[in-house]
Amino acid sequence: MSQPSSNILADVINKYEAELTNDWKRTLTQVSVGTGLESELAQLCTQFLPLFSRAVQRAAQENINSTEWDEARNLLAEFSRLRARQGFTPTQTAMFIFSLKQPLFSLFRREFATQPAELADATWLSNTLLDQLGLFTVEVFQQSRDQIISRQQQELLELSTPVVKLWQNILALPLIGTLDSSRTQVVMESLLQKIIETGAAIAIIDITGVPTVDTLVAQHLLKTVAAARLMGADCIISGIRPQIAQTIVHLGVDLEDVITKATLADAFVVALQRTGATLSPTLKA
Amino acid sequence: MTSDVQIPSAMPLYTDDDVVRVRAQVRQFAVEIGLSLVDQTKVVTAASELARNTLRHAGGGEARLQILQRENMRGLHLAFSDRGPGIADIGLAMTDGYTSGGGLGLGLGGAKRLVDEFELTTEVGKGTTVVIIKWKRF
Ligand SMILES: Nc1ncnc2c1ncn2[C@@H]1O[C@H](COP(=O)(O)OP(=O)(O)OP(=O)(O)O)[C@@H](O)[C@H]1O
Ligand SMILES: [Mg+2]
Repeated sequence: MSQPSSNILADVINKYEAELTNDWKRTLTQVSVGTGLESELAQLCTQFLPLFSRAVQRAAQENINSTEWDEARNLLAEFSRLRARQGFTPTQTAMFIFSLKQPLFSLFRREFATQPAELADATWLSNTLLDQLGLFTVEVFQQSRDQIISRQQQELLELSTPVVKLWQNILALPLIGTLDSSRTQVVMESLLQKIIETGAAIAIIDITGVPTVDTLVAQHLLKTVAAARLMGADCIISGIRPQIAQTIVHLGVDLEDVITKATLADAFVVALQRTGATLSPTLKA
Repeated sequence: MTSDVQIPSAMPLYTDDDVVRVRAQVRQFAVEIGLSLVDQTKVVTAASELARNTLRHAGGGEARLQILQRENMRGLHLAFSDRGPGIADIGLAMTDGYTSGGGLGLGLGGAKRLVDEFELTTEVGKGTTVVIIKWKRF
């Protein structure tokens, strides 16, 4: 009876696969891994166990980086990336793997009640492997999280697009990115500030780069237009793409009091006409 | 025969970033089932309204996204639920221009107009769930 411990481990898992899957699922519902995920996790347990035992059986070393572990690692990587995107914590992600230990170890204690050497081997091996797999989920989680964060920083960066002076008395504010953060407020305020500083008569707010215009974005725009008006400047909103225009109409947002133009260039033409019309008499005089 | 595809779990809605994530996922599904650009924009905007309401009026909750697969059509099934204060007067809440605090009061009515099916279930003190469906037109 001197089987390698990897075979012993795989045999036990295969033999009690159904029972172990159920115990694992039950353990998962007890540890905090996020709400409403029962069915998803249950499915993942069922998928993971056979991959785990197959890898254990085939791999020569206690190292999850070998090719025999590819399938198991891929499944976990996919799961970890999803978790990162959904905004869960690394702990909640790794708990999925770590929570297999308890049911697995109690299974060993029962199965090897009279074989202390086997018990020790199986426990040691599975403990080593599960630790590596748990850390692997954290690693993948961290990588995806970093990607998400750098993308979000990019969005913030883009949103800080400065107010530009297009012409005498004409300002433009090209907005780019998702208008969710408090930065929207900052950007809008910087436009108002610039209107005061320059005494501009017209401000063009270009929303070509804004993917979604919902009531909150609309409200920001309307408030800015109203405030600019109080300071003596008219706003033109440009870059309203056809799909956005239709959506705004269905939402019921009233932009009737606001001058809107399809493109920044169109808006600029209107702005030139308007400022020109008020300026030319004085210029001629 | 139906075989719906579901994003395996609920997406949390507790921060502005969560709203952005949900919107991005809705957009991805909308593209996946082949919605036109206009319909993509409509359903993403409706989702944005409901996600924001969950955040702003109920202090948070979750979104569940699902692709519906029917014999000859596909659709997006989106559910937003919370355990917030609930809505005492649905008729009033649905009225354009009604807001209990500082909004335009267009979110609920607007979302309904932007999709094909809209169902609001609510109980005071228990919470609110809004389900919307957008079908792909052929
Ligand atoms: N999930 C919710 N829980 C509790 N109350 C809600 C919820 N969703 C909406 N309400 C109530 O219904 C009202 C109308 O919602 P609606 O989305 O139409 O407008 P709003 O959120 O106030 O403003 P906005 O136009 O920016 O969306 C809200 O002001 C709020 O009182
Ligand atoms: Mg709202």
